[in-house]
Amino acid sequence: MRTYLLLAAAEFRRYSTYRLAILAGITTQSVFGFIRVSVLFGAISSAGGTLAGYNQQLASTYVWLGQALLAPIALFAWIDIAERVSSGDIAVDFARPVDLQLAWWARDLGRASFQLLARGLPPLFIGAVTIGLALPDSWSAYPLGVMSMFLAISISFTLRFLVNLIAFWTFDVRGFIGLYLVIVGPFSGLLIPVHLFPKWLRIVAYATPFPSMFQTPIDVLSGWVLGWAAAGLVASQLAWLIALVGLARVVQWRAAHRLVVQGG
Amino acid sequence: MTTEPVVEFEDLRRSFTVRKKVGRLRRQTKVVHAVDGISASIQPGEAVGYIGANGAGKSTTIKMLTGILVPSSGRVRTCGYDPVPQRRRLAREIGVVFGQRSQLWWDLPLRDSFRILGAIHRLPTEEVTVRTEQLIDHLGLADLLDTPVRQLSLGERMRGEVAAALVHRPRLLVLDEPTIGLDMISKERLRHFLIAERAECGTTLLLTTHDMGDIERLCDRVLVIDRGRLVFDGTLSSMAERVALQRVLVVDLPEPSPDLQVSAAAHIGSDLDGQRQRLAFSPKETTAARVLAEVTAVTEVVDLTLEEPAIEDIVRTLYGVG
Amino acid sequence: MAELSTGEVYRILLGSRIRSQLAYRTSFWLNVATSVGIGLVEFIEIYAIFSNVAVFGGLNLRQSALVFALGNMGFALADTIFGQLDTIPSYLRMGRLEVLLARPMPLLLQLVTSEVQLRRLGRLAVGVVILIIVLPGLDLSYTAGTAYLLAVTPFVGAAIYGAFFAMAGGLQFFLIDGPEFTSAFVYGGAYAGQLPGSVLITPIRILFTFVFPATVTAYLPSLLIMGLPGPRFLPAWLGWFAPVFAVWAWLLAWLAWRAGIRKFTGAGG
Repeated sequence: MRTYLLLAAAEFRRYSTYRLAILAGITTQSVFGFIRVSVLFGAISSAGGTLAGYNQQLASTYVWLGQALLAPIALFAWIDIAERVSSGDIAVDFARPVDLQLAWWARDLGRASFQLLARGLPPLFIGAVTIGLALPDSWSAYPLGVMSMFLAISISFTLRFLVNLIAFWTFDVRGFIGLYLVIVGPFSGLLIPVHLFPKWLRIVAYATPFPSMFQTPIDVLSGWVLGWAAAGLVASQLAWLIALVGLARVVQWRAAHRLVVQGG
Repeated sequence: MTTEPVVEFEDLRRSFTVRKKVGRLRRQTKVVHAVDGISASIQPGEAVGYIGANGAGKSTTIKMLTGILVPSSGRVRTCGYDPVPQRRRLAREIGVVFGQRSQLWWDLPLRDSFRILGAIHRLPTEEVTVRTEQLIDHLGLADLLDTPVRQLSLGERMRGEVAAALVHRPRLLVLDEPTIGLDMISKERLRHFLIAERAECGTTLLLTTHDMGDIERLCDRVLVIDRGRLVFDGTLSSMAERVALQRVLVVDLPEPSPDLQVSAAAHIGSDLDGQRQRLAFSPKETTAARVLAEVTAVTEVVDLTLEEPAIEDIVRTLYGVG
Repeated sequence: MAELSTGEVYRILLGSRIRSQLAYRTSFWLNVATSVGIGLVEFIEIYAIFSNVAVFGGLNLRQSALVFALGNMGFALADTIFGQLDTIPSYLRMGRLEVLLARPMPLLLQLVTSEVQLRRLGRLAVGVVILIIVLPGLDLSYTAGTAYLLAVTPFVGAAIYGAFFAMAGGLQFFLIDGPEFTSAFVYGGAYAGQLPGSVLITPIRILFTFVFPATVTAYLPSLLIMGLPGPRFLPAWLGWFAPVFAVWAWLLAWLAWRAGIRKFTGAGG
């Protein structure tokens, strides 16, 4: 257990050294944040002030919370593991006395913790100062929100991990990663809230784990959903996480097997 | 025929400012003199080895020669051009192989890489084909022409890289650590090819390496750089005299033994109570085989290794002497 | 034997690039599918908005789709040609740039020709299809002006987005590990450019018109084509000056690029 804590802490420190990247990230988040706010405000004003339960303040909160959570939840996959597979370094990772998935999970949590602070707070600040944010009506939103965030980060990690494992079976992982990115964007609620989707599309979205990695924590944290309904959402996140982790264990086991048989 | 040097540098310097973190928040700036005033000139047709410890300034010099880095001060001319401002014109006259970085197209067959490079150098397609055939012949790459580069072994790839650098018949060939990671056979093939190519085309060669074997086989002149300064510039034999280049034969004996006394070599150490012994000899005076023969005359040898003189040791000696 | 002409050089480079991409059949088509997917996903956003409201930024679904299609086509073309400039940060890290600089060809052109990605044309297909679908229903009066705008806008758009890519690439030499900094303007610009510009809040509207001329790539020309007026700070007639904006964008890009290379070779100190 201690090893995993150390891994997480190391990753936290590592990300704290990329100062310029942090500043750059904040700039991007702000620009995209303002564009998204523009889009939602445009839609809301056309609808006469509220749209599917969102008024201007709630929409602004949605956007800025989204920008804040974007970096920690890391929707957009990285391919470190895939690269290690194609270079053959992955054999070293398997030989280590730590479990591959747990080790990377710990590292991801370390990274996310740092980015929650460095990339999470500035957009919230900008949003609060420029356009205005809505606070949740009930105190229960906060602890539930934290749980929801943690689950969302983990779900996102497990999905990314699974996509990276594809590298064991195919040479061109980038193609699949591209496909993953394309699907993740809209269905996680990144572009517009899933609640705004036409009914049929909403059903499709909720059949996937994607909304639970982004839309759900935003909903819980912003107080869009409160009390028992919120708890229910968090529970559904947990269910998705358990299912995905189970799948990942199986795939990792097959991958290790394949490595041993094929010799990299 | 002009005797204008192919490479010329005069009091060449290059410094870098490095920022180091001191404590939690403060940053300390330090100026590192990677190249600290070196002067030399290389004539057409020469084969020069450029050696030095890691971080001594070799790569920085190469970058300044090839137009990738601007000198902080001093003068450098390659093939008569000022490298940075005239970089593209210079590129037509030189070929560069950066040991760890590939200039070939990873997913294309070797043949296509040659074709593309030929086009970039504006060579007519027929000429490129002829030249490719020539190079392939000399390098023994015939079967590999149509293999995607990423499927080649390191040795095959390095030969391909060197060939690619020669497609346009450059006046100067610069090789930055070309034999790193290669097995003995590949190294030998590469060296053999370079010797043949130079004999045929008279290409000037500048080679940085950690392998003294490369130097011995390929170069008539050696430049040694240490911490930014040239500590030696002369022929290999004069360096051998200065440094008394020694080889070390390490023999493993079946059981602990007293120090071996051998006439051709000096005993310089024993490990494991005399079960492993190190014998230093000068290759000018004798050969490893003769030393070994003397050893086996008195005792059985279970295993043996031959050590080359380390670049670091040579540099240390030179710096101490010069 | 004579030297190759510039045209022949680029023909050979592009030819080999195209052939190599077509060689990996399944991988290529998977990437094309992804590319089409990206285009569709971007359109889904507009579509989802219109499933809730009838008018957005003063335009209905068909009209917004026109803006989207033209902007998308421009960006897809730019992405195909210049998209690989995104990899400059990793090239910097791997030391690959030195290899490219040792060749007798300008760095920017090398990156553009030897790394063209055909698969990104999939995105272009989405824009073209949408354009074909919405044009008839728009009830346009086809004048010489409209025809000119329809034909030229995607290319001028491509030029402008291409300039963004080049600008971003040049700035990478200064930022080293900050590709996100420039993504804000390259991809943010693409996003803003495919939307009705009237929706953008004023500071963003000005940023993406007069600094990074994204609204000029599709929104303003669309207004002109449809004969509609523009919102505050964004008069429709500005759309006629799109080529001027393209020149301006490329000027900035050229400066950024030159500064970047000089920084890399240490000429700046």
